[in-house]
Parts: sequence; structure tokens; C-alpha cells
Amino acid sequence: MLRRTILKAGAAMALVTSLATVASAELSGPVNYIIPFGPGGESDISARLQQPFFKEKFGQDLVVSYQPGGGGAVGWASLNGLSSDGQTIMGVNLPHIVIKPAQKDVGFTTDELNTFYMFHFTPDALVVTADSPYQTLEDLVADAKANPGQVTISGSGKASANHLAQIKFDKMTGAMTTYVPFKGTGAAVTALLGKQVKAEWGYTTVGAAQGDAVRLLAVAMEERHPLFPDVPTFKELGYDMVGGAYRGIALPNTASEETTKMWSDMIGEVNADEAFRQKMLDAGFALLDVDAAGMEAFMAERKEEYLKDAREAGLIK
Amino acid sequence: MNFEHFLTAATPFNLCLALFGVAAGTIVGSIPGLTATMALAVLVPITFSMDPASALILLGAIYTGALYGGAYAAILLNTPGTPSAIATTFDGYPMAKKGDGDLAVALACFASVCGGLIGAFALLLLAPPLSKVALAFGPVEYFWLSVFGLSLIASLSTGNLMKGLAGGAFGMILSTVGVAEISADIRLTFGSQTLISGFGVVGTLIGLYCIPVLIDLVAVPDRHLKVEKDVKSVRIGEAFGLAMRSKFNLVRSSIIGTLVGILPGAGGSVAGLVAYSEVKRGAKPHQKFGEGEPDGIMAVESANNATVGGGFIPTLVLGIPGTPPDAIVLGALLVQGVRTGPTMFQQSGSIVYTFIYGLIIATIMMLPAGLLIGRYAYKSIVTIPKAVLVPAVGFMTIIGTFAIRNSISDVVIMLCLGLFGWVVARFGFAASPIVLGLILGPIAEQGFVQGWTIGAATNNLTGMFFGRPISQGIIAFTLITLVLPVFMAKRRAKAAGGTAQ
Repeated sequence: MLRRTILKAGAAMALVTSLATVASAELSGPVNYIIPFGPGGESDISARLQQPFFKEKFGQDLVVSYQPGGGGAVGWASLNGLSSDGQTIMGVNLPHIVIKPAQKDVGFTTDELNTFYMFHFTPDALVVTADSPYQTLEDLVADAKANPGQVTISGSGKASANHLAQIKFDKMTGAMTTYVPFKGTGAAVTALLGKQVKAEWGYTTVGAAQGDAVRLLAVAMEERHPLFPDVPTFKELGYDMVGGAYRGIALPNTASEETTKMWSDMIGEVNADEAFRQKMLDAGFALLDVDAAGMEAFMAERKEEYLKDAREAGLIK
Repeated sequence: MNFEHFLTAATPFNLCLALFGVAAGTIVGSIPGLTATMALAVLVPITFSMDPASALILLGAIYTGALYGGAYAAILLNTPGTPSAIATTFDGYPMAKKGDGDLAVALACFASVCGGLIGAFALLLLAPPLSKVALAFGPVEYFWLSVFGLSLIASLSTGNLMKGLAGGAFGMILSTVGVAEISADIRLTFGSQTLISGFGVVGTLIGLYCIPVLIDLVAVPDRHLKVEKDVKSVRIGEAFGLAMRSKFNLVRSSIIGTLVGILPGAGGSVAGLVAYSEVKRGAKPHQKFGEGEPDGIMAVESANNATVGGGFIPTLVLGIPGTPPDAIVLGALLVQGVRTGPTMFQQSGSIVYTFIYGLIIATIMMLPAGLLIGRYAYKSIVTIPKAVLVPAVGFMTIIGTFAIRNSISDVVIMLCLGLFGWVVARFGFAASPIVLGLILGPIAEQGFVQGWTIGAATNNLTGMFFGRPISQGIIAFTLITLVLPVFMAKRRAKAAGGTAQ
């Protein structure tokens, strides 16, 4: 029934515009793109970067709206009750969608979310101010070992990607740092720039946004980020840390397979655009291509790793 | 800062955009529940097809208009259209009740333009040095700032200190419901899915302020607002005269607004409150704040519009948005390939300066647009029969609350809070302390937890909380606010006792 409605709408669209491609024929108007956070964060910025390319390729607007609450949980708990006609999509974030439901009943589970594409990630990075005494990662580690707990590091939220990175890094190095959670990356960076803390667990995007004001000590990538050719990876320095916060898009789980496939293909096409890739890299993001077909395996792997880390850190039981 | 940027900003097309933006913003801001953030979020895509400077001027104009529009509902319906207008209700609604609603609307317009201009000129001329204010404020300063904000409850709730404090405490408890902002704990939800999202500020605002007004409208037979004569126009000349006489108040409040605007996370509501308490502190004997004092409206409205320019200072200089609308403008800039940060004024100077001049032009446009729309807003609220007004406003409260995050449960919570607010108001508990507690509670909590974490890690808790100069300054202000009214009351009692003997 629902599919028929979509097909009818699609047929109508095709009549109206003979130029419509197969994919866009099924979109019947502007798309409601819900970001379950406030504006200005990494989720918002990457959605904004997608907007013009999506419009150019498929002729429809992605209309971004914000539904913050509960660190994203409010939005995700409501997602499966929304219309499944493909006109409503919502951003999803890892590790949030794994950690939150594992901590407490927040109205959704990881497996219930119909995530159809993971399109980028922001690699973890340890950030200090440009005039910090820590020139290298080793400087910070040495200080943290000599003065246990005295090295304060800000980050966005608790049980978040930044927090997990701090816990993991402390365990790897045997150093003891103090994590100070802030509301969002913006506040964590403000604390760093104001010298309220000695370092920040952030992402490569912080380096891109702050430019000369900050120095990245290391990035958690397999290879160096093209925007920061002089910044070593944690791996190069002997710490096996690769990861960060991953972002994708989901449909309500009542959406048909065709709709899911259509969306997976469309976002994949945007992600393949050279100009889009360049804009994302310039803003400090790292691109990722996990489509609907590969999602189950990807999620299973990520889930296992996050749950293991969080359990060891005592964040979940 | 060249003149050429001014000329780029002042093309006829941009002037039209600024005028349209201010008018649209004013209307959006006047409807409780519809926010500048929503309007901007929807409009960002047009910046992709438009010349970036023009697009930014439009966004800035909407934002600045929305902050002024918030005053309409505050004055005419006792309901802040935006959280920034909370303190506007203190004197605005009493003025409207007395039949001076038209004067209040015009005063708000003059004050908003003045505040907006001072904020925008601070952005134009002093942005890089002023941005240091944002960095000087650490967690502990935010903690003390919110304690200061809460102490204003004492000075606002005249003669009813205990009830004011109880309301503030209740608001703080409400703010802890749901997922904690930084610790991610889920608190006080009693297993309910609905409560996980917590009590949103806008929904609570609509419930606590607007619903009691609606109930009272239905409960009493009188007209909503007193009207003495035929409404011809807003009393522009009279308002202008009053504004000129309060030059000092306007400038001081605008500076307060600019400075508070620079602090990411504080926002227009705090700016308005601080400015209000300052003007009230220096009250002359004939001024009765809380009973329709024009200076009260002017202080709040100039301060909250000054946060527009102030908020763009950290946004543009540090890449750290001060408010949600700032964050959206920042996102639009990034998509345009503009790199924010200390070098932005040199590298992307043409866009930035054109935007700032556009903001100034939009603020000036607000004068005619605001007075004209204000006149119609006032006219329609006073002339519409109650039988139409109540359902229309009631409908808007529901739509407005629903629009925030498309949630029916938000609407139910809003209605319950409204009934609750009406009942407790019978016992002398006002809405403002509750909302203040709700807004300031999380800021205080975050600052405290972060300050404690850092202080404990560095073995310097006392120094952390009491040893920093800015903190000491705020603590001193807080003490003055708390002690002065008691001291003054004692002295007055003594003087009265002296005459009696």
C-alpha cells in the first residue's frame, strides 16, 4: 500500500518532469533531514556540506532541522515512528547509538535503527594550544606520568567518542590524565583556548577550524590526514589507536527495501563527488563509504569494539 | 572596515533583503515557539545559490528581527516570544494592562535598535580584543555567573523572597530531569520515556506564561487590555522622548548585552536579566519597577538585541558560536569556504565586513519595520474580541510547542505546566523564578562539575572557586545584590521609626 503510494507519487513526478532520473523519481519533494543535536556541531556541518550537492544531483532540497535532546537519544527514539516514505531521514552517530542504549533504556536499540549509509568519520585527535609546552605526544605522556591526574583534558560529553579515546589512551600509555566533559566540541575547544585545561580530546575537524591557534599532537588514523601532513598518527608513535566518531544517516525501519536502496545509492553518489570530497577534507573530515549492503557487518564490528571499551572503562555494566 | 564594503552591503537588493529579513524575523520572534534558529535553519540552503554576503545579511536580519519580535508577545500577552524577552514581561505587561501597550511596543523598538547598533559596532570595531572575554570565562566563572543570575530572583521577587527562591529551586530541579547534558546520566525520569527529553526551555516558557494568561482571559469578563482612546498609531513621539531621557540606561544596558553576548552559552535571557537588575538597582524614588516602568523595558530590549553583535564576536574571531543562530551562520560560512578564526578579518574580509555592515543596515531598518508591525500587532491584540483571541493564541501555543521537535508529549507537558503555573500563581509563585532556575540550573551544574574536576585534579579547589579575579568580581556583585535590598529595607524601617518617634 505504502509502496504503491510511493510509486504513484513517483509516476506523477516522472510525468511532470521528463528529465527526472530513476532515483529522484521517487522523491516527491523536499526531504526533511533531522539532526538530533543542536546546530554548529560536526553532524550539522557535514549535513550542510551535503545540501548543495544533493540538490544539484537529485533536484530536491535537503531541509535540515534540529531536534536536540538526551545527547541524540530523543531523536533516535522517535525515528521509527516517523513516516517511512523516504521524505524523512535522520543523522546517526557512532559511538552514541551503541553506548546510549547499552547504558539504560532510552527508547531505541542499536539494531532497531535502519542506518543505510555511514558517510564520514572525524578521527580522534589530541589537541593543544599553539603555545603549549607540549611539542610532541611524548611530552604530554611524560608530564602525565610524572604528575598523575594533573594533566586536565577537555572533551565533548561523557561516554562519548572523546571520553572513550581518553580512557583507551590512558590505558595504552599507563599515564593518568583527568577528563573534563563539556557540552559539545565548541565548549571543549573554548576551554582549551582559554587555558582552562591543558589539552583537548577532539577531532581533526578542530585542527581545521582553529588553524594556527592549535597544534595536533597525533591523529587516530591509519594514515596521516591530507590536511595535516606534519601531524603523526598514533600508530606511527607506537599506539594502536584508530577511530573516532562515525556519522551516517538512517530511515525509519518501516521504509521499504527499495527506499533504503535508493537512499543508499543517492548518498553514495554524493560521497563519490570529487568536489564534495575535497570540501569535506578541507573541513577536517575523513570520508567513509559503508552502504546499506555492508552496514550489518560494519555495525557488528563497531558495536563489539565500543561495548568492549565501554565495559572495561566501567561506563556500562 | 573600508567604506567600499559598506557600499557592497547597501545595494538596493541587499536593502530589500534586510527589510524583508527584519520583518520576517519580527513576526517569527513574536510567535512563542517559533524561533530564529528554526527560521535560519530552513533558509540556509538559499545561501548556496545567492551571493554569500547577501545571504548572510538576510540571515542576520532575521536573527535581529526575531529578538525584537519576542517583545510583542511579552508586552501584549505576558508571554516571552523568545527566552530573551523573559524580563520584558516584568514591566511590559503591566504597561499594556494600564493601556500603554502601544507606548511599550514603540519603546521596545527604539531600545532594540539602539542595542543592536551598539552590539554591531562593537563587532565591527573591537571584535578581536573583545573575543578574549569569551576565553577568560572558564567553568568556574560560568558557575558564579549563574549563581549571580539566580540571586537576581531575590531582587526581582519584591517582598516575596522565599517564594521566589522556592520557584527558582523548583526550576533547577526541572532542569535536571532527563539525560544530563555532560555526564550523560538519566535522572528523575521515573522510568518514563517521555521524560527522557526533559523540560525544554521554550515549551516550559509557553506553558508557564501563556496558559495562565489564557485561563485568566476566560475567567474574567473584562477586556484583555485597557484601552482609553481610539488606537491611531503607536506613540512614537512620546516613546522617542522617553528613550532620549534614558540615554544612559540604554547605553549601559547595550554594553551589558554585548558583553554577555560574547560569552558562549549565556545568551539573551541572561543579558536581559542582568541589565534589568542593574537599572532597577539605580531606581529613582518615582520609578516603580514591576508595575510598568518604561526604563525596565528599555534595559531588557536594548540588552538582548546587543547580544546579536556580541555573539558574533566569538563566532567570527574564534570559530566558537555564542548562540544556536550563530552556530547556523557559522555553518553557512563554512559551506561557503570561509575559514573563521583570527585571520578571517584579513583573509575573508570582504564577506565579513559586508555582513557586519549588512547587520547594521538591518538594525536600522528595524526602526520603520518594527514600528509599523508593532502598530498592527498592538491593534489586533486590543481590538480582536476575546472569543477569537483566546482560541487563536491557544492554537499558537500548541503549534509552537509541537514545532520545536515534533513531539506531542512536549505539548502535553506544556499544558500540564500551564495549569500548574496558574494554580501556584494563586499562591504568589511567579513564573519567572521557575524559568530562571530552568535556564541557569544546567549552566551552574556544568560549571560546578567542571570546576570541581579541574580543581580536584590540580589539588586547588579553593583557588579554583574563589581565587580567580573574574570569579571574585562576580561573587562581589552577587553579595551586593543579595545584601543591598535587606540593608536598604532596614534603613528605611529605621528612618520610618525615627519619624514616628
